Amino acid sequence: MTAARLSIKDISVRFGGLMALESVGLELGDNQLLGFIGPNGAGKTTLMRVITGIVRPVSGQVMLDGRNISALSSVERIHAGVALGQQIVKPLREMSLLDNVALAFGREKLLSPLRALSAWSRDAEREAAKTILSDVGLGKVMHKLPNEVPLGYLKRLEVARALALRPRLLLLDEPLAGLSKPEAAEMADLIAGLPRPGLSVILIEHNLPQVVRVCPTLYVQSNGRGLAFGSTDEVMAMPAVRKAYLGREG
Amino acid sequence: MTYEIVVLTNMAISILFALSLNVITGFCGQVSLGHAAFLGLGAYTSAMLSKAGVPLVVTFIPAMGMAALVGLVVGVASLRVRHDFLAITTMGVVFLFTGIVRKQDILGGEIGIAGIPAPEFGRIGLLITSLICVFAYLWFVMRIRKSWAGFAFDSIAEDEDTARLLGIHVPRFKLFAFLVGTAGAGLAGALYAHQVRFIGPDSFGFVESISVLAMVIIGGIGSIWGVILAAALLSALPQFFQIIDDFKLLVYGLLLFGAMRFAPDGIDGVLRGVFRRAGDKR
Repeated sequence: MTAARLSIKDISVRFGGLMALESVGLELGDNQLLGFIGPNGAGKTTLMRVITGIVRPVSGQVMLDGRNISALSSVERIHAGVALGQQIVKPLREMSLLDNVALAFGREKLLSPLRALSAWSRDAEREAAKTILSDVGLGKVMHKLPNEVPLGYLKRLEVARALALRPRLLLLDEPLAGLSKPEAAEMADLIAGLPRPGLSVILIEHNLPQVVRVCPTLYVQSNGRGLAFGSTDEVMAMPAVRKAYLGREG
Repeated sequence: MTYEIVVLTNMAISILFALSLNVITGFCGQVSLGHAAFLGLGAYTSAMLSKAGVPLVVTFIPAMGMAALVGLVVGVASLRVRHDFLAITTMGVVFLFTGIVRKQDILGGEIGIAGIPAPEFGRIGLLITSLICVFAYLWFVMRIRKSWAGFAFDSIAEDEDTARLLGIHVPRFKLFAFLVGTAGAGLAGALYAHQVRFIGPDSFGFVESISVLAMVIIGGIGSIWGVILAAALLSALPQFFQIIDDFKLLVYGLLLFGAMRFAPDGIDGVLRGVFRRAGDKR
């Protein structure tokens, strides 16, 4: 039996007197797209930060492909295969979209300054970056600076840059936020096409209609606890989920 | 002729010193208000050794080593602080340096070290040595700029958190910048000690730290050619015009203010703008 792509066991996080996460567990296989939803304050961002290594849990462990990555720093986790697309886009504004992605693609060269100092050519990374940018629909604007393109494009850039890290697990934090309805639908379609053998995606999103439309499985969290996990249809039919979302079971 | 040689040597040393700060502040985005301490470390190390009979060129290595070693310690301490706090921490370094030197009899205390031997190869030899040092250091920083290390520094200088998200090991790059930058300052210090042949704690204080930062900002933070130009101009002007020398701090202050207010990208930014407009007209 192969190990799960991501396996989270018994994670608890405490911020002062507040229990932000309590014994949360989650398992995700390969080539999956998981929708991660929950009301505001459910601890979605906290769990995501536990996976990326920014927040240290008081208990529990995070396993990637059977390897315990709990002790790794956030940078080490990126090199282990965990990439994050942030909700608030943060492009490097002084370089082109192409170089933003090419830089991420060259991550092996960026682990130590001495290795970086002996690496010159950016051609291979730029070629790879061109392919990734074309795949996310930014092929025509790749030479522009981030300030010259609209937010919708920067959201795609965020995804492209995370993909360029060649992750095995991609976390996308509200990639649809701030987009118009048609843009959001397009972005959701793009995300639906990302998982493949070797890459699973977790989509953290408030846009419920789009999540339900593209994600085959859902994980719901509420008040720092796992509420439901399973196929989207089953989860959305659960009274507890409806209650957490709508405030009533009907 | 001697006077011109002195001016040119000073210019070369200033360029080296400013280029070294440009690695830390320009490439890596770490504002340092205490860079003169590393100039001083190099100067004192080289002066002491050369008074003990070590040839000048041989003192370069311990001078750079001493500055880089302390630079590494400051770098490690600075990893935890950013922006304004980093600036204040580095400011502490220069006060610490002058404070300690003043109390050490072996380093000449308040009076400093006089009678530093003249370089064995004469004034012209010192100028040529300084120029070789500048070109060697320039070659190295351009190599950094063009390599993937420069690519990484661009991202760190702009946004450290994003750089981390791209898998860049930010602390290692920062320490590397501190090492290269402080070693460069140490080398400049060794040359400086043998150029003036008298050094005291006041030569490496806060004022000198601000002066070199002014050169970097006026030249354009991160721009190699802008910084070279600014360092050359700002080091030569006071030597040609007595009035500028008398009001040196005032002039530097005004230029610094003017650059930050009207040309935040310094000489480099202004020249680029001019060339772009000239290109558009054609």
